Amino acid sequence: MRLSDEERAMLAGEFGEVRRWAIAHQVGVGEFFDAADFVAVSQAHIMADTESLGEAGVRFLERLAAAPENERRARVPTITDPQGIDFAIYRRLGQSDWMAALERRAINALRAFGVLMTDTCINYQTTMAPVRGDHVAYGDTGVVIYSNSLLGARSNFEGGPSALGAALTGRTPRYGYHLEQCRCGTRRFRLKETPRDFSEWGAVGGIVGEACGSYWQVPLIEGVEAIPGADDLKHLGTAMASFGSVALFHMPGITPDAAVLAASSAEPTGIGREDIDAFVARYAAAGDKLDVVVFGAPQLSLFEIERVAQALDGRQVHPDTTVLVTTSPEIKHAADRMGLTQRIEAAGAVVAQGICFYQSYAREMAEANGWTRLMTNSAKLVNIIGGYGYRPSLASLKRCVDSAIAGRVI
Amino acid sequence: MPILLRCHKGIGPAVIGGALVAADNFSASYDLDRVRGIFSRPTHKLAGESFVARILVLDNAKGGVATAWMLHEMAARAIVPRALIFNRVNPILAQGAAFGNVALVDRFDGDVTQLFRTGDELRVDPAGGTVEILNRDH
Repeated sequence: MRLSDEERAMLAGEFGEVRRWAIAHQVGVGEFFDAADFVAVSQAHIMADTESLGEAGVRFLERLAAAPENERRARVPTITDPQGIDFAIYRRLGQSDWMAALERRAINALRAFGVLMTDTCINYQTTMAPVRGDHVAYGDTGVVIYSNSLLGARSNFEGGPSALGAALTGRTPRYGYHLEQCRCGTRRFRLKETPRDFSEWGAVGGIVGEACGSYWQVPLIEGVEAIPGADDLKHLGTAMASFGSVALFHMPGITPDAAVLAASSAEPTGIGREDIDAFVARYAAAGDKLDVVVFGAPQLSLFEIERVAQALDGRQVHPDTTVLVTTSPEIKHAADRMGLTQRIEAAGAVVAQGICFYQSYAREMAEANGWTRLMTNSAKLVNIIGGYGYRPSLASLKRCVDSAIAGRVI
Repeated sequence: MPILLRCHKGIGPAVIGGALVAADNFSASYDLDRVRGIFSRPTHKLAGESFVARILVLDNAKGGVATAWMLHEMAARAIVPRALIFNRVNPILAQGAAFGNVALVDRFDGDVTQLFRTGDELRVDPAGGTVEILNRDH
C-alpha cells in the first residue's frame, strides 16, 4: 500500500503503540484486498458485544485502553453496535452476572477511546445518517448495506478490530465499496410481487442474497412499483446481507447511485408470490408450542414499535411464551416517553434497549429458559439463530403476535 | 510429488494440517458451536463435524461481522481451525484472520471445494500464496 508520511510514522510507532497496532492491522487487511492506499472516514461504528469479544477480546481492549489518553482517543466520531446485555432486564432474560460483569469491562474500555455507546444497529435511523459519497467505517452488515445502498455512503463491512482501527487512525484501506468500479450492479432481479410486510421484504432479501452468495456481487432490483418504506428496505437489506454477505444493492428510481450494470444485461431473475411463499414455508411450524417471539435484528424503529403496541393492545401474551422487543436506547427512551413501552409491557411483553438478541448470548438464554421454538418477522434472525440451537419460524408481525397470545405457532 | 496450488497472497502463519472440505459457506457466528468446537447449524454440510485444528476448505464467507472478533477469542481457547481456504472471502473473515493470526488464503484458479478433498494433508503458506497437497500426487 502507498502510505503518506503520517501513516508511515504511525506504523513506526511515532503516535504510540495503540495507533501502531491499528494501522498495522489495517495495512494487513488492505494488502490482502490489494488496496492502493487509505481513504479518510468521517465516522466509525464498532461491533463489540462481549459474546463476540469473549474474555480474550475484552482483555485486548483493556490493554489498549491503558495507554496514555493522547495515544488512544478516537480520531473520528465513533459509535457502537448493540451490546450483549441490557442491564435493566438481563436476569429476567436468563443471562448471568458474569456476562454483565464482562460487558461492563468492555464498556469501560471502549469509553477510554472516546467511543459513544449508542448500542445500535439502526444508527442511520437514530444517530447520524451519512450522506452520499461519505466514506465511513461501519461495523454491522445491515448498517453497511443500508448506508451504501439507500444513502449512497461508501463502506465495507468493518468487523470490530477494523472499525476500532479506523476510529484510531481516522482512515480505512481503500478497497471494495470505497471504489466506484466495485459499485456497479453485477446481477439483475425483477420483483413481480410487492411484499406485504417486513417478513416478506426480508424474504425477498433472503432470496436475492442466497442467489448472489458473495460479498462481491451487487444485485440490481427492478420492478419495484410503489416506493417502499425505510423499514421495508431495512428488512430487505439486512436479510440480503445476512443470507448472501451482500453489502450494496441498487433499485432504479429509488437508490441514489446510478444503477449501472458491470457486465452483460442478461435477463433478470424474477421473484414472484410463489418464491416468497416458498421462502417463508421453509420456516413453517404451524401448531408448535411457541417459546419466544423476537422483534429485533435489526432493532426496531419507533414506527415498528408503535405497530407492535397496536397489535398487543388489550391482549395478554400466553404465560408460556416470552415476547421480546429490541431497540436502540434512543428509541426506547422515545417509546417510554410516548407510552408505547407501557402498552407493550402491559400485555406481558418485554422491551429491551441496546441489544439485538442474537448478539446477546442467545445460546445461553435458550438453555436457561428452555427455549427452542422462536418466531420472528425478521428474515435475518431466522437465518442466524438456527446455529444457536433454536428452531426459527418466519411470519408477519400480526401472526407473530397472534401466536404469542395463543402460545403456539399459528 | 506433492501437488502445488497457487493463490492470492494470504494472511497469517504457514501451517500444516488435515483438510475438511464442503461446498458450503461460512460464518463463525452463524455456523459454529464455539464452545464444543463443532459445526452446529443443522443445515450446514459440515453439521456435527469438529473444526478444531482442521483446515477448513469452503466456498464463500457470509453474513455477520462477529467473526472478526470470534477467531481471536477461539484462538485464545485453542478451539479454532488451523487454517481457512476459500474461493473468495469477505472483509470480515480477512479482518478476523488478521486479528486472530489464523492462516487464510483465497482466490485460486479453480474451485477450492473441488481442488481439495477431506483428508488431504495440506501445507498452507499465506505469505508465499501457495498450498501444497502433501499426501497425494493427482
